[in-house]
Amino acid sequence: MTETLSSAITLSPRTCPFDPPPELIEQAEARAITPVRFPDGHMGWLITGYHLVRAVLADPRFSARQELRHAPIEHRMVEKGLLPPAEPGMFLRMDPPEHTRYRRLLTGQFTVRHMNRLIPRIERIAADRLDAIAEQGPPADLVHEFALPIPSLVICELLGVPYSDREVFQRHTATLLRLESSLDEVNAAMAGITGYLDELVRSKAASPGDDLLSGLIETGELDQGELVRIAFLLLVAGHETTANMLALGSFALLTNPAQLAALRENPSQIEGAVEEMLRYASIFQIGIQRAALEDVDIDGHHIAKGENVILAVQAANRDPERFEHADTLDITRPNNGHLAFGHGVHQCLGQQLARIEMRIGYRALFERFPDLRLAIPADEVPMRSDMAIYGVHKLPVTWKEVKQ
Amino acid sequence: MKVSVDRERCCSSGMCVLTAPALFDQDEEDGRVILLEAEPPEELHSAARKAVSFCPCQVITVTDD
Repeated sequence: MTETLSSAITLSPRTCPFDPPPELIEQAEARAITPVRFPDGHMGWLITGYHLVRAVLADPRFSARQELRHAPIEHRMVEKGLLPPAEPGMFLRMDPPEHTRYRRLLTGQFTVRHMNRLIPRIERIAADRLDAIAEQGPPADLVHEFALPIPSLVICELLGVPYSDREVFQRHTATLLRLESSLDEVNAAMAGITGYLDELVRSKAASPGDDLLSGLIETGELDQGELVRIAFLLLVAGHETTANMLALGSFALLTNPAQLAALRENPSQIEGAVEEMLRYASIFQIGIQRAALEDVDIDGHHIAKGENVILAVQAANRDPERFEHADTLDITRPNNGHLAFGHGVHQCLGQQLARIEMRIGYRALFERFPDLRLAIPADEVPMRSDMAIYGVHKLPVTWKEVKQ
Repeated sequence: MKVSVDRERCCSSGMCVLTAPALFDQDEEDGRVILLEAEPPEELHSAARKAVSFCPCQVITVTDD
């Protein structure tokens, strides 16, 4: 049991673009929880079993606090081993009650009802993008023309960030997500994006608009730094994740023609199809990280206070004990219960928005281009194996027919 | 069947509304759960159980009569 324990992160190349790397699959098949070494030498745990991942995410004895974290990537190691505490507003890396206070200022904006109200606008945005693609003619890169612009436009409108400034935040986001980026590069990108948002928040405070950021400013509950960091979280989480799901999911459908045909025949299956895409085509590269606040015994293993755990959602979503034919894409799968949005108090704030964007996006894309297909062989599609959020760098497609 | 919710611990994921919209709603202000139907009719029992299993913060409880 030694070689498999050498690293917490299994970033070895994938053999199938939609499956976790074979090394991670092997670990998951052998046991639901495995000891792993972090780059700084810390011994923690890799958890791959569905039920264990879910249990840990719901367990308040496991903390999301940043200062309890050992860096999972060598390039981002800090000298002291542990990271500094999260700055005010970075609620993703906090526990209740601090986390609760920030989250409750936002949850009213992301309810199912609120997101449903955005449907006509998102349909318009998707239709406009598809118009542009059709007009330009084949081939097209779906990442650049479709998957990235739709969620970027939506989150920009929602937050009140000018879409014309996208080059600034997309460039810095790419640096933040590149696994090879050094700590200095990450810090510079962070400073670039927060500097931009700092100015934006100031200008909104001076002349508020009808948007989420202006609304947050008006509550008077948050100081400048908190506003900037919350805006950062929403902006980055709001476009990169959904963009990669749109592209990776489209790729999965294009390479599973029977599933795509079933969806085309019965478009009302889109809701289940989206849930299945979230389960099957995971954008998790490493997993969710937590630290034990006290000694915890789970599944016959003793996790000592302070030990870090990596919850490999991408493996848990393929756990054969939870999912029948776990490695098969099945858009009719009942009772899905995937963990793509996490679980517990940190479960994705924007999940209802992501669902709507994906339903609208996939449906509109495959309706508009009935014979859409890859323009290059599937094994030549450049995968985002080098990024903290997995997906495709480019998805070149072609078509003959366009429906209006 | 009786359904109850713990609004204090609710994390406003919206999963209950997505799963069983006839039984649950969300507060306009902070998205927290609002129970619409504490004693749901038989045809909604399976949706209620699904909502229990999908709730990320385990704040929904059902008890059978």
